[in-house]
Amino acid sequence: MRRVYLDNNATTPLAPEVFEAMKPYLVEQFGNASSIHWFGQQAKAAVENAREQVAKLINARPNEIAFTSGGTESDNTGLFGIVEAARRRQDSAKHIIISAIEHPAVLNAAQALEKRGVSVTYVRVGSSGVVDPDDVERAIRPQTVLISIMHANNELGTIQPIEEIGRVAREHGISFHTDAVQSVGKIPVDVERMRIDLLSLSAHKFHGPKGTGALFIRKGTNLLPLLYGGHHERDRRPGTENVAGAVGAGRAAELARLNLDPQARRIAALRDRLEDTILAGIPLTARNGDRERRLPSTSNLRFDHVEGEAFVIAMDLKGVACSTGAACSSGSLEPSHVLSAIGLTKGQARSSIRFSLGRLTSAEDVDCALETLPGVVEQLRALSPHYRSSRQLTVHS
Amino acid sequence: MSGGVDSSTVAALLAENNPHHGTEGSPRLVGLTMQLWNQRRLAKLQGLPEGMVAPGHASGRCCSLDDAYDARRVADFLGIPFYVVNFESRFEETVVRPFVEQYLEGETPIPCSLCNTEIKFAQFIDTALQIGAERVATGHYARLHRDERTGRYRLFAGRDRTKDQSYFLFGLTQEQLARSSFPLGELRKEEVRSIARARQLPVAEKPDSQEICFVPSGSYRDFIEVYLAEQGRRLEERTGEVVSTDGRVLAEHHGLYNYTIGQRKRLGVATGEPLYVIELDRAHNRVVVGPNHELFRRRLTVHDVNWIRDVAPGESFAARVKIRNKHVPAPARVEARGDGQACVEFTEPQRAITPGQAAVIYSDDEDLEVIGGGWIARGN
Repeated sequence: MRRVYLDNNATTPLAPEVFEAMKPYLVEQFGNASSIHWFGQQAKAAVENAREQVAKLINARPNEIAFTSGGTESDNTGLFGIVEAARRRQDSAKHIIISAIEHPAVLNAAQALEKRGVSVTYVRVGSSGVVDPDDVERAIRPQTVLISIMHANNELGTIQPIEEIGRVAREHGISFHTDAVQSVGKIPVDVERMRIDLLSLSAHKFHGPKGTGALFIRKGTNLLPLLYGGHHERDRRPGTENVAGAVGAGRAAELARLNLDPQARRIAALRDRLEDTILAGIPLTARNGDRERRLPSTSNLRFDHVEGEAFVIAMDLKGVACSTGAACSSGSLEPSHVLSAIGLTKGQARSSIRFSLGRLTSAEDVDCALETLPGVVEQLRALSPHYRSSRQLTVHS
Repeated sequence: MSGGVDSSTVAALLAENNPHHGTEGSPRLVGLTMQLWNQRRLAKLQGLPEGMVAPGHASGRCCSLDDAYDARRVADFLGIPFYVVNFESRFEETVVRPFVEQYLEGETPIPCSLCNTEIKFAQFIDTALQIGAERVATGHYARLHRDERTGRYRLFAGRDRTKDQSYFLFGLTQEQLARSSFPLGELRKEEVRSIARARQLPVAEKPDSQEICFVPSGSYRDFIEVYLAEQGRRLEERTGEVVSTDGRVLAEHHGLYNYTIGQRKRLGVATGEPLYVIELDRAHNRVVVGPNHELFRRRLTVHDVNWIRDVAPGESFAARVKIRNKHVPAPARVEARGDGQACVEFTEPQRAITPGQAAVIYSDDEDLEVIGGGWIARGN
């Protein structure tokens, strides 16, 4: 059975070049990058080289990059780090601004901060899923110490106006963090042009290894650390360096930088073909989120009278992998907060499916998915009492 | 797959008989676990403050996260695809809430029968059909046959009478039975365990879960208090009288829901013989107590009867009727009425017939075929 992978927003396959780059650091180059001797120096050099590669991808300076265990750690480090540092300077009430559609790593960190007495404004989005920079500006108070708005949303693919929000933050002297986990390596990200102070990225989203990410911290930004230990990463993140991970992240970053545009165009064309064919060919379907302002990879569609969870399983049993939304929230009781934020009802949210293409997605993959999909939709709709009764209404009216 | 040894053994037996040939075509056997209840909810029931994550939380309760993990391991061991499906919302609506309401009404609810009718053999079967399956197999100890002559499905008690679960399946319709399979029906529990051990299933030594899956402490009252508190409701203490069957007021009670029929009530008064709860009088908010012999009755009415065998209204027949899971089916005469009810008259008086429990009507022979069942009405 041919397997088709359309869940690249969840994770991407490791690029062969990345694997090759990492291998020596899993075998013969095993030194601890902090050791003084030859073994350590080799490892250290590899990490620093990787750091440069990552920095280049986002137009940052290498010494502004701290390697972490991934996007979640970077988000937590950024949010808690800024807020706690601000509280240390002056122990008064603090306020942060985030969007209503952030990834749980930011959302739950913000909620934890609320329990510690920090007030949080959750800026809403319209049905397009786009944050309005004016709404962000209106939410600013004298006590605001951080604005955190994700660059691209993981469920919808919607791209936020980071440059304008960065300008607003800069004008008010507020630190600006962006969770760029879904955008880095897929679309251009420039921390200078976008006036970003902190940025989270994760290697496994752009063909690097899982378990490695980075936090960009603009020079001059003060953070309290999340973890305590040794003096690694210029005291920003203790722990023996994940050398192979960093090397993988670096090589993946380099590949992304060199291939960004052509890949983006190819993937977008395939995504559009998949999406347009479904919307035109299968009745009672619709797109969730903005058609234009989004990642080239992502298509989030709703299929009326189709139970999303059952759909994903049925498709998987036929070899096509997709998702009902964020991988980490599957199985939870509440509908996606992102889909709720753009105005979908519970029923619509439950019928929504995310397809996300990637570097390895071929035209044949899309063909195969398009062949399988209609049958599955029909199978599920045939068993849906709502569908049957809605059809009867159409017939009798 | 609940993560228990029974359903895991079913999976193993089915996997053997339905090998997936290489990577061609869709798999023929799929393992599914139902997520029914968030064990982290009502953290207070585990003595934890809100928001705390309990390490090893509520294992030993059916369907905890540990159990889903076990089910996954077994599926992986057997090489079958595995998914978790989330029915939390419907479970709460069709099983937990009625459970709470019934309890507050002074009845002793058995959510397991409702779960079977509403979730395990309804929503679960729907999902199975949606993903392309033909039928659902579970680890229930019950026997299911299709009568070739009539085309009807017949349900029987499991061969292992100590583990028989047919009592909880009385609500299944012919459509549901047509989509079900109970591979363990002819086996004894020890045999199931040996099969599990022989195949080295990861859960071969796992103990059986004993309590209701969403009541971690085993205390209905604790659960209900915390559950109501979550909704801003409180368990009302409606004080009333405890009276003897001849009308004398003996004591006070603080809520009918604290009592079940047949429960021994210690009054601290030396009356000589022990007293038992005979009746819960909701109209007057009274607990009626009396000596043991007054617990014995011969008649009961069953409402909302589901007939698995084709029984016509007005039909009257000899049967054996079970009024609790741990009750040996007792000989009785059953009359099916036209209004979805049935009258049962036992040959011998039975102890502690309890409204709200299920009455399951079996054939009057050693096969113990499930003819039908329903809920014991009040005011017998």
